[in-house]
Amino acid sequence: MKGIAPAHRAAERAARQSYGKLVAYLAARTGDVAAAEDALCDAFAAALATWPTRGVPQAPEAWLLTAARRRMIDTARRRRTREAAADGLLLSIEEAAARISPEDVPDWRLRLMFACAHPAIDAAMRGPLILQTVLGLDAAAIAAAFLTAPGAMSQRLVRAKRRIHDTGIPFRLPDRADLPARLDAVLEAIYAAFGAGWPDPAGLDAQRQGLLDEAVWLGHVVVGLLPEEPEGLGLLALMLYAGARRGARRSANGNYVPLSEQDPALWDAAAIDEAERLLQRASSHGRLGRFQLEAAVQSVHAARRISGRTDWHAILELYDGLLALIPSPVVAVNRAVALSETAGPATGLAALDELARDQRLAGYQPYWAARADLLARLGRRETADAAYAQAILLEPDTAVRAFLDQRRARIRPNFA
Amino acid sequence: MQYVLLIYGDERAAESVPREQMTEIVNAYMAYTQALRDAKVLVASNRLKPTSAATAVRTTDGQTKVLDGPFAETKEQLGGYYLIDVPDLDAALSWAKRCPGARYGTIEVRPIWTM
Repeated sequence: MKGIAPAHRAAERAARQSYGKLVAYLAARTGDVAAAEDALCDAFAAALATWPTRGVPQAPEAWLLTAARRRMIDTARRRRTREAAADGLLLSIEEAAARISPEDVPDWRLRLMFACAHPAIDAAMRGPLILQTVLGLDAAAIAAAFLTAPGAMSQRLVRAKRRIHDTGIPFRLPDRADLPARLDAVLEAIYAAFGAGWPDPAGLDAQRQGLLDEAVWLGHVVVGLLPEEPEGLGLLALMLYAGARRGARRSANGNYVPLSEQDPALWDAAAIDEAERLLQRASSHGRLGRFQLEAAVQSVHAARRISGRTDWHAILELYDGLLALIPSPVVAVNRAVALSETAGPATGLAALDELARDQRLAGYQPYWAARADLLARLGRRETADAAYAQAILLEPDTAVRAFLDQRRARIRPNFA
Repeated sequence: MQYVLLIYGDERAAESVPREQMTEIVNAYMAYTQALRDAKVLVASNRLKPTSAATAVRTTDGQTKVLDGPFAETKEQLGGYYLIDVPDLDAALSWAKRCPGARYGTIEVRPIWTM
């Protein structure tokens, strides 16, 4: 029994660190992402079965790659009896196995990302696909991040992977001319990964753990590849600004601290400085985009560490620009909050009311939390109470739930 | 990988194209076909007669029906195809973009099922 816990931990760590790299490498030759994932899944199962007794190997990633490869070859052999064409597939796997030593697995995650973000793939599925194949998120977590039903998301992921294989989408970087257009989808997916990792400040969720760093790392890779692409710089800046505050989101005793009440001294000054430099570099190209605007909003928030105040007028202006660029209900909620800071809670609430018809917001916690806060500030206790109840229901994080509970208690003196 | 580039276009519009322009289009197709040959990717290619020359056959419960006309009435009709052998979808798409038919209609790119 004693070997099981460390073996589990080692397998989990290897899964987190190597998953996307191994999928990218295994799928690159055949274009079959689902087969690569299946083989890797078997390899992880084999790891959990053998590591506790034989010990964790020195190079877990290489061990997993070898096991997964063997599994893919077995599958191809079995298929060979049915399909003559599988000969070529088998050869290609064996060739690849012979050419690359497992100690030196090339990092083809970016190729995998560009395959997932190919124009032949439904735009709405590019982000989810990258999250699953590169970061190993399951369909349920992805569905939650993209405000979709889990069953539908799972089906669409299966179909999208089949399409990569069937249509012959290549696993390589796009030509220089196609690169900027193809990059947008990749950036959006990286940001979605960052967003999926954001709600876990304590780092308790094994699946989310490291997602923020992973997304920032992917951002660095993109900027390294395309140093002249302002939106790539903008995205990296955005993630660094937000990431700089991750430690300030909880008090010493684990309570949720909203942005407006955070102590700027707790923010990571070096990360903010780097973000400022990146954003400046991005804006020097004179090509404004979604991520640069969002990074600029974060820059205004970060300025509080020097000025001691938040320039909501600047933030509102940036959200106006953002909304013109991408008419998303999530941006509209943020804009309404900024509006409430410059024009008062009644104006902010009116802006939220206009969004109420959008079905996607019914299950979006920040919409209900913002509503509750504005209603409370306007003294509309009953409706505020109902909105708080809805926000609490939708919030998976206990610390945030406790915070909302406190806010709710403030307007319910009878029960406080 | 083999792909077929299916060339769809509006037959009626093609009927009213002036003679000089038609010559231009034919020349463009000839140059395109030669480019595919030079790149050693061309497997086969044909131009189809218009759907007015089409006959549809369907057998349901052992009963065969022969119908005059195409499989379906559509705004754009299948007018020809190129079967090409290229490494991947990107290569197929870049050939599809260069096809003269892309300027007048739609090129559908479909991978061939390998047995």
